[in-house]
Amino acid sequence: MSSTFDTIANIIAETCDIPRDSIKPESHAINDLGIDSLDFLDIAFAIDKAFGIKLPLEQWTQEVNDGKATTDQYFVLKNLSARIDELVAAKGA
Amino acid sequence: MRIEYFQLIDRIVDLNLADRKISSEALVPTSSTIFEGHFPGYPLMPGVLLIEAMAQTSGWLVVAMNRFQRMPFLAAVKEAKLRTYVKPGELLSIDAHLEHDGSGYAIVEAKIRAESKLICDATLTLRVLDFPNAEMEREMRDRAAAIGLTVEALADG
Repeated sequence: MSSTFDTIANIIAETCDIPRDSIKPESHAINDLGIDSLDFLDIAFAIDKAFGIKLPLEQWTQEVNDGKATTDQYFVLKNLSARIDELVAAKGA
Repeated sequence: MRIEYFQLIDRIVDLNLADRKISSEALVPTSSTIFEGHFPGYPLMPGVLLIEAMAQTSGWLVVAMNRFQRMPFLAAVKEAKLRTYVKPGELLSIDAHLEHDGSGYAIVEAKIRAESKLICDATLTLRVLDFPNAEMEREMRDRAAAIGLTVEALADG
């Protein structure tokens, strides 16, 4: 699995005191790992710092609320990793 | 400082949007009903209100950064250290620096000094949301103007 996943898995493990071994690419941050919105802010902050990006959490939330996206697209960790890779690539473009 | 009304900041003394930092002043009143309980015979500014003063200063910074478009709400307090007592009548200088401007949240480092001595410091997380209603937005703008934080002042910032 990509280093992006490893980085965010380590961040989640450290931030939320979740055993690293239980964090899988298929894990849903909210539904499987039980991360609430406040803890996710800490994770977002750490991800923003680690990758030099700004996770568009408000945009994602709006898309989910509007039925234009599912939480799986953003909060299943392999998908979150892909979104981060896209943001990093866009930053460098 | 109108401590009972949670109006803890008296005035904004400096605002630097480019450096993402703000400084405010707050004079702890010499008497207050709060001091009757905290503590009887030994009045002290409650530590939670020192944190609130840092949060309010941080909030004004975030409001200034977004030009009064959105409202910050305190969400988390980390690494808070209350280093010494604050007594009635002390003048507090509060500094805040925007560490990170996230999507819907902000991370701010804040500290309070009195006569150059560090009183307390903390890292604060603020959720940044739309104003819940027009009344609150209006009240916030009025309060901001009263302490010297205006849209006009921001134009110069």
